[in-house]
Order: sequence, then C-alpha cells, then structure tokens
Amino acid sequence: MSNATVIVVTSGKGGVGKTTSTAAIASALAKQGYKVCAVDFDVGLRNLDLIMGAERRVVFDLVNVVRGEASIKQALVRDKKLDNLYLLPASQTRDKDALTDEGVASVINELRMYFDWIVCDSPAGIERGATLAMRYADEAIIVSNPEVSSVRDCDRIIGLLDSKTVVAEDGGRMPKHLLITRYDVERAKLGDMLAVDDVVDILSVPLIGVVPESRDVLKASNVGLPVTLSDEASPAAKAYIEATQRLLGEDIPVTIPSEKKGLLGKLFRGRAA
Amino acid sequence: MNIMAFFGRRDDSASVAKNRLKILLEHERGGNSSSDAKLISSLREDILAVVARHINIDPDAVHLEMDRTGDTTTLGIDIELPDTDIRKSA
Ligand SMILES: Nc1ncnc2c1ncn2[C@@H]1O[C@H](COP(=O)(O)OP(=O)(O)OP(=O)(O)O)[C@@H](O)[C@H]1O
Ligand SMILES: [Mg+2]
Repeated sequence: MSNATVIVVTSGKGGVGKTTSTAAIASALAKQGYKVCAVDFDVGLRNLDLIMGAERRVVFDLVNVVRGEASIKQALVRDKKLDNLYLLPASQTRDKDALTDEGVASVINELRMYFDWIVCDSPAGIERGATLAMRYADEAIIVSNPEVSSVRDCDRIIGLLDSKTVVAEDGGRMPKHLLITRYDVERAKLGDMLAVDDVVDILSVPLIGVVPESRDVLKASNVGLPVTLSDEASPAAKAYIEATQRLLGEDIPVTIPSEKKGLLGKLFRGRAA
Repeated sequence: MNIMAFFGRRDDSASVAKNRLKILLEHERGGNSSSDAKLISSLREDILAVVARHINIDPDAVHLEMDRTGDTTTLGIDIELPDTDIRKSA
C-alpha cells in the first residue's frame, strides 16, 4: 500500500476559488518537498493549466488516460519551477460522459503509487464531474465564500461527501477541512459579510484557513503562477501556506493575514496614479 | 517586489496575461490540440522502437514534451536509461 493522500477541493457553488486553492495548496505542499500531483477534474472547462502556467505544454489529458489513449506518465505535465510538482490536465471535450467511474478509479490508484499528495480540483455543481472528483478522496477541502448561497451549497456538498464517496460507502467518515476564501476584512468589520465564526458554526467543519480577498490572486493568475509561488509575502499566499501546514497536521491558530502597509508602501503612496 | 513596481510604474502582469491567452486560444481554436496528441504518440512509438533496438528500456522511460511559445514550438525528448546492462548483446 502507498502512503498517498488524495484530497478533493470542492464547493458546490462556482467561482468561489477552488482552482486558485488547488494550485496554491498543491504548490505549497510541493515546496515542502512532497511529490504532488494536481488533477483537474473540470472536464470541458479546464483552467488549472492556466493558473499553474502549464497551458503551453499540455498534450494529453485525463480523458485520454481514462480512454487508454495515453499513459498517465505521458499526460503528466511537470511544473516549471518545482520538479516534484505535476499537473494532470482536464480535457476540453464537451462529452459529459467522458469520465467513467472505473476509469477514474484506476487513474487515482496509479497516481497513488507515484505521489505523496494528489490534489483534485472539482468542477462546480453536484453532477457527475463533482461526484467523480470526490469519489476516491481520503480527505476534503470545502471552499466557501462568506456569503449565504456559497455556505448553503457547501452544506449540500458535505451531504454528498458523507454518502457518495468510497470512504462513506465503507462506513467511514471523510475528514473535512473548511477553507474560507475571498474574505474581506473591511466588510466583515462593517458587519455586511458573514463572519468566519458564523460559517464554521453553520457548517460545523473544522476551519483550515481564511484567505483574504487580495489583488495578488489576480496578478498571480495573469502570469500563470500559483499565488503561493508568485509572492510568498502576499496575505493570500500566507493564508494558503498556513492552511497547508494545518493540512500537514501542525497545530497553529488560524489567523487572517492582511495587507499591512510597510514603510515603503506609505512613502510611495502619494506618487502612485 | 520588482524594480518596476518600486518606481511606481504600472505593474504589467495584465499584458503577460493577454499574451498567454492569445497564444493559447489561437492554438485551441485551430483544433490543433488533437493533432498534437497524434503526432506525439506516433513520434514516441518510433523513437521507442529505434532506441529499443540498441538498449533495453521501459516504454514509459521515453517522455516527449511539447512547448508552444507562439511562432515556435519546441519538442523535448527525455529518455531515461536503466543503470545497468543497458546494451543489448549483439
Ligand atoms: N482570495 C482571492 N482574492 C481575490 N480574488 C480571488 C481570490 N480567490 C479567487 N479569486 C478570483 O475568483 C475567481 C474564481 O476563482 P477560481 O477560478 O479559483 O474559482 P473556482 O471555484 O475554481 O471556479 P469554478 O467553479 O468556475 O471552477 C477568479 O477570478 C480568481 O482570480
Ligand atoms: Mg475551477
């Protein structure tokens, strides 16, 4: 048996930050020296390749592998910066049934032999793509924004994690971690956004991190670097690095990193624009 | 912080994004993706056959990587050789 851990990054609702989080956490794990593979399950709308800056080197994809048209080793794309970080891209096919349960099972099983961590980026929704992405996971990261519809959708996803996964079918309980993203400190202060405690309370899933709303996330995606690699000092990167440490079992209190203006920032503010 | 940002110049990650997208979309719209896959597969088989005539190798040890930069595309061929007994006896 291998010691690999398969993590699914899931949310139900679209656009909350699953792909951003998958790239950031996979790279943070790789930086710690683990062999890591990020798998894009968003068949038809692949984007993890862009966020990780690997789009020019994608030839084969998950569907090619499931159909036996390419081996996993042929389809894996190695990261430009970290040679222990790989991407298994999703395909752009519009065929909804391109992924089969058995196909995904065998891909995940093979990946378990080569990697320490396999981080699966789930598509939005509660359809086949999302259920296949979580099906063979050992643990789940549930991504929520501090906002009512996102929290409600997470609740549905938790229901699926506890019924439609192999862990659940075997009578186990899937370990879950709550990651709150796009948290706006100012708006939380003003009281027009759900507070972290409220979300944790409603979902009753242990908190693994709070990622602040940050311009650095967009900048990092522009240049094709996970935010944890593009600017380690950015508050979003710090939050992801801390979340990764907690994932690895470290017991550190959750903080909400913020943009603190340093001396230079203050000095130069008047000259900008 | 890079030097440009330091001197208050516009941070240009947006234009990097624009270029990356142009290259990618041109490629995807042209339907080139699946022909790349076919090309890589057949190249790989041929390379494997040639190398296997001289050396005992694992089929998985031949790795081809394509990198598209816009006007040029490069092909990287990576063949991992076993440590011992690599030559086939004549
Ligand atoms: N902490 C953050 N601060 C600012 N912007 C963010 C943050 N996290 C994510 N975003 C932005 O939110 C948008 C959606 O992010 P992302 O693609 O990661 O979400 P997703 O859950 O994978 O979406 P989908 O459901 O469509 O797959 C992107 O434009 C991303 O740059
Ligand atoms: Mg996504």
